[in-house]
Amino acid sequence: MTTAQAPAGQSGPASPDGDVLRVEHISKRFGAVTALIDINMHLARGEVLGLIGDNGAGKSTLLKILCGFQSPDRGRILLDGQEVALKSVDHARSLGIDAVYQDLALIDQLTVYHNMFLNREQVRWPLLSNRAMRKIARERLDNMGIGLKSVDEPVARLSGGQRQAIAVARSVYTDAKILLLDEPLAAMGAKEAAIILDLIRDLKRKGDVSIIVIAHNYGQVLEITDRVNLLQHGTITLDKPSRDTSVQELNDIVIAEYRKALEERHGAR
Amino acid sequence: MSETAQRNTGVAGPPGGQQRGNGLSAHLSGASQLFIRQREGTVFVVVVLLVIYFGFISSASSTFFTKLDIINITQIAAPIAIIAIGEVLLLICGEIDLSAGFTYAFAPFLMHYLIDFYGVPAVPAILLALLMGVVVGWVNGFFTVTMGLPSFITTFGTAFILYGLVLYTSRAEPVSPVSPPAQGIGHWIGTYAWAEITWTIIFVVIFHIVLTRTRWGLHTIATGGNRLGASEAGIRVSRIKYGNFMITGFLAAFVGVMVAFQLNDIDPSAGGFNAMFYAVTAAVIGGTAMLGGSGTILGSFLGALVLAVMTDGFDVMGISANVIYIILGAAILLAMVANVQLARLRAAGRA
Repeated sequence: MTTAQAPAGQSGPASPDGDVLRVEHISKRFGAVTALIDINMHLARGEVLGLIGDNGAGKSTLLKILCGFQSPDRGRILLDGQEVALKSVDHARSLGIDAVYQDLALIDQLTVYHNMFLNREQVRWPLLSNRAMRKIARERLDNMGIGLKSVDEPVARLSGGQRQAIAVARSVYTDAKILLLDEPLAAMGAKEAAIILDLIRDLKRKGDVSIIVIAHNYGQVLEITDRVNLLQHGTITLDKPSRDTSVQELNDIVIAEYRKALEERHGAR
Repeated sequence: MSETAQRNTGVAGPPGGQQRGNGLSAHLSGASQLFIRQREGTVFVVVVLLVIYFGFISSASSTFFTKLDIINITQIAAPIAIIAIGEVLLLICGEIDLSAGFTYAFAPFLMHYLIDFYGVPAVPAILLALLMGVVVGWVNGFFTVTMGLPSFITTFGTAFILYGLVLYTSRAEPVSPVSPPAQGIGHWIGTYAWAEITWTIIFVVIFHIVLTRTRWGLHTIATGGNRLGASEAGIRVSRIKYGNFMITGFLAAFVGVMVAFQLNDIDPSAGGFNAMFYAVTAAVIGGTAMLGGSGTILGSFLGALVLAVMTDGFDVMGISANVIYIILGAAILLAMVANVQLARLRAAGRA
């Protein structure tokens, strides 16, 4: 907790509008390339927001800014109504914003429970309390409905979906208030994806964490999110509740945009 | 994956967690698994095979089990095993220390200079010599971690610097006997017949526990297994690497002092790349991956025993000093092949 934190705590909306996260007028350039232009975004407590868009639309830049890896050129980020300057990934995490990457998160050689407690191990000095960690890891995974045969296995032996689920579980249980899931379903089979979709649904039902799902598969995203933001060429061009839009509509927008760009290029010739 | 079995087998289940048969066969396979499951198991088999060969089959068998010969084996194994501890920790976190053998060479000289030229009492002199090892480790860490150079290069550099220091300050002359004021404590460090193996076992046990049961060990594995993931989780990977370089430096310096007392002789050509490569070989024979992320200290101890038993065995068999390296080299290759094949059997057993 930082000095900027409102004393309102976890329960009830800390800001009048109940948003845990607000992004106002964020812009970011890399040399001559403008990655983000005047982004405005908000995330309500317990909400699952889908951030979709084609490759190169600026999704990953926005993600990097939100998790503290990069800072925006302009604009501000409000957490529970308080402006914050995210100095680093660690800083963002200490404020409760945690990004989960599919491949990055886990250590293959370590067991499931050691991964779940990585750098937050339970210790009876000088030794690790493996028994306690094993038990808690098992409870937490069961609690979240993640079916694993054994928490003693090295995670290298697990499937992509199981690994992702463990990474999410770890973030949830390390007091993350806002989870940023980067392409959680990429390169996953249907059964695998189901694990993650169920997990996100479950988290939504409990309502303790707010989630931003970054993806380019519209169908699955609409299924689990409350609302979607479509990102195109560095701006948000659509902000709708998921039930009021469809894969068809999103596709049409993206294709229309693509046609327009093509025509402009031809016109310029 | 059966969802129903998960709750029952979950907590107490063994690593691997595969289906087990029922009844008696389960117990039998359980016992064989206990042995086969441990990575150290395969090296242990190699050690046993070597002991059987030298102890009962070869022409060395008449002397192999005598007290003197066993002490000789432990004294060959000890320096290898102790330095190997450091190399295992470094290899796991993705680094290597080529300078360890020269820290080994320099430490007893430093002790000797401090005691005999500067009048420093024995205990602080020995502690300063060990501290020198820690400092060398820090320097290795600085160039590797902070300056971002590969440890294969940085430690090669420090190796030559230390070698030069040894030769220059000693004028390439050995010193014997070792500083008389230090002889009293020296008995405990290296002169008593069983001192070396005792120290080895103490260090092996301590660092085996450090590697397998403490945060330091867990974070060392995490650093080598997935550096980005580890630092993402907030592990300070540079601190882990610095620390392991410093541990290796300390252990190498200790070995130098220990061997000096054992032989009652400080030799500028002691240690060196030879000692370092023996240690790295012991680590790799013991199942430590050269690419980081996994390794065992118990295994490296057994690896050191493999090397020591072979060195001693061939020596007792009377193989001439000129030929022994050919045989030793071939035997290392053979031991490695046996080890890998046994590991393959082990993998098949769990599949």
